[in-house]
Amino acid sequence: MTRWTPDPTFYPSPREAVTAPAEKLAYVAAFDRTASRPDAIVVLDTDPDSPDYGSVVGWTDLPHLGDELHHFGWNACSSALCPTAPHPHVERRYLIVPGLRSSRIHVLDTQPDPRQPQVIKVIGPEELAKRAGYSRPHTVHCGPDGIYLSALGGADGAEGPGGIAILDHTTFEVRGAWEADRGPQFLAYDVWWHLTQDVLVTSEWGTPSMIEDGIIGELLLGRRYGHAIHFWDLAKRRHVQRVDLGDQYQMPLELRPAHDPTKSYGFVGVVISVEDLSASIWLWHRDGDAWAVTKVIDIPAEPADPADLPDLLKPFGAVPPLVTDIDLSVDDRFLYVSCWGTGELRQYDVSDPLHPVQTGSVHLGGIVRRTAHPSAPDEALAGGPQMVEVSRDGRRVYVSNSLYGAWDDQFYPDGVGAWLAKLDVDVDAGGLTPDERFFPHGDEFRGLRVHQTRLQGGDASSDSYCFP
Amino acid sequence: MTVATWATLAALGAFHGLNPAMGWLFAVARGLQERSRMALLRSLLPIAAGHLASVGIVAALVTATRSVTASTALAVVGGVVLVAFGLWRLLSERHFRWAGMRLSAAQLAGWSFLMSSAHGAGLMLLPVLVAEPVPGGHSGHLTAAPVGALPGLAAAGVHTVAMLGTALVIAMLVYQVFGVGVLRRAWFNVDRLWAGVLVAAGLVTLIRA
Repeated sequence: MTRWTPDPTFYPSPREAVTAPAEKLAYVAAFDRTASRPDAIVVLDTDPDSPDYGSVVGWTDLPHLGDELHHFGWNACSSALCPTAPHPHVERRYLIVPGLRSSRIHVLDTQPDPRQPQVIKVIGPEELAKRAGYSRPHTVHCGPDGIYLSALGGADGAEGPGGIAILDHTTFEVRGAWEADRGPQFLAYDVWWHLTQDVLVTSEWGTPSMIEDGIIGELLLGRRYGHAIHFWDLAKRRHVQRVDLGDQYQMPLELRPAHDPTKSYGFVGVVISVEDLSASIWLWHRDGDAWAVTKVIDIPAEPADPADLPDLLKPFGAVPPLVTDIDLSVDDRFLYVSCWGTGELRQYDVSDPLHPVQTGSVHLGGIVRRTAHPSAPDEALAGGPQMVEVSRDGRRVYVSNSLYGAWDDQFYPDGVGAWLAKLDVDVDAGGLTPDERFFPHGDEFRGLRVHQTRLQGGDASSDSYCFP
Repeated sequence: MTVATWATLAALGAFHGLNPAMGWLFAVARGLQERSRMALLRSLLPIAAGHLASVGIVAALVTATRSVTASTALAVVGGVVLVAFGLWRLLSERHFRWAGMRLSAAQLAGWSFLMSSAHGAGLMLLPVLVAEPVPGGHSGHLTAAPVGALPGLAAAGVHTVAMLGTALVIAMLVYQVFGVGVLRRAWFNVDRLWAGVLVAAGLVTLIRA
């Protein structure tokens, strides 16, 4: 897998990455909630000139049952151009696909036929446990020196601490835990970094028992889920600072640092405030030598008839937006915010990161609204925009509708269904429009639920750049 | 040493300077981070110093030992090491990460030293140094070692000056003229070539032995 010239999908800077050609294929993690059939990586055709545009053109079943595929990522990306460990002649070729429930890690080769990825390696939960002391692998990032994989749980049934495991670049073996000193960090979820500033950031969800059977109302109201983010020294692997958002802000999940490596800020989405069910977006930024957070977006809950609400929400008479994913365009201009509860994808212009301006909104699904897709106006949709992925040029946004098996069942008890939508972006004025030609849904996914999407060649949440 | 020897040492220096992994890319990155050409220039000096230390140790050892031991044995062992190391570099895809991006000058020199050593930069000079005739006079006496190391250090110096000059020119061109976008197109796989040169250097050393 060494090349004579750099992998053409690697870009030294975000400025250049936005000129990347449009993706022809998208990979989607799909899982069977009943664990009676294998989970799969589904391949979608995203080439508008293809007769198969917007439909499933490839399908790779995984070898076991009950994995619950969630997030996944590439083995290598633009960070391979970074000067500390430069090796841009590797290929962006393998998908690292963890099972969040099974703790198995799959390696899929997307060559020679990108439409039919092949499973070439499966790392069992015992190897992750033995070598790194973790379980429930979650976020995958291609680092310059290895593959970083966050994990929510501890080994051998321990609830935690969760943390980061490092996988070898070439053998994909688990090398060990990343942390040299974790300080007060216990809960884990997402991880990303300011690579050129030797800063790593992590967020918090809950331990396996707090999430695997659904959200636990008492724990939520007791403010027991995560509510802080952590800053680390990326080079020394040491905890530097814990920044508490306040315990009413439960579950700061997705971390989206600025792609411009000279910038020192990023966004984190908070699922819910227990005080008013609102969701929020916070900006982390430097404050002298330390880090600070500032709430920059607040999305209120929408009042609703309790009869229309699932049991968990009936006492509140309102639908929480439930911001469960966010994504930042590669040019750092637009932030996309998934409101999975209310069924909305919002677009904000964050050119001034402290003062976002909403520039677009699309409704699809939602606990009460059930907004249909324009190409199938008679089909009420369950679920909502959840995982959101932005193309490198920022012109296309893909959303899928499932959050996490047990949580889907709680918030959409009549069934969450399966659908994926593509939205076109007006990159000049801002604004979002659903593409009527791109709406794979229902039986196309063979009864599986769809979670994260990864775009061929990379996307807005896969690559890190060392040059401005 | 002959003119050809100096020229070869300088040419190898230029080859090392050409390799982005030997440090000019790091200097460009720091220059771009701080939007300052001075940051680029300031970074190249410790990088060259680290390279000089790595190459200098090997070169000094070789010329010093050569003045006290049989040259054939040294050449054979050196040649075998070179070939083996070259093959290992050729076949190995491992990359080490010693440090982050924010480094002091001393740390940068340390990084460069490790990077050069891990790539066998000094070993590559072996055929040139071994080919040199043994300095006359005190051959066979251990007291000759300190003096014997001098040609090696001079060789490392010439090599490093050529390395620094090449790195400086490329770094400035990328920083000022081409932009880092050129990396995507022009960065051919120096590692493979590097490994090939190591093997070739080893073979030359063995043949001459």
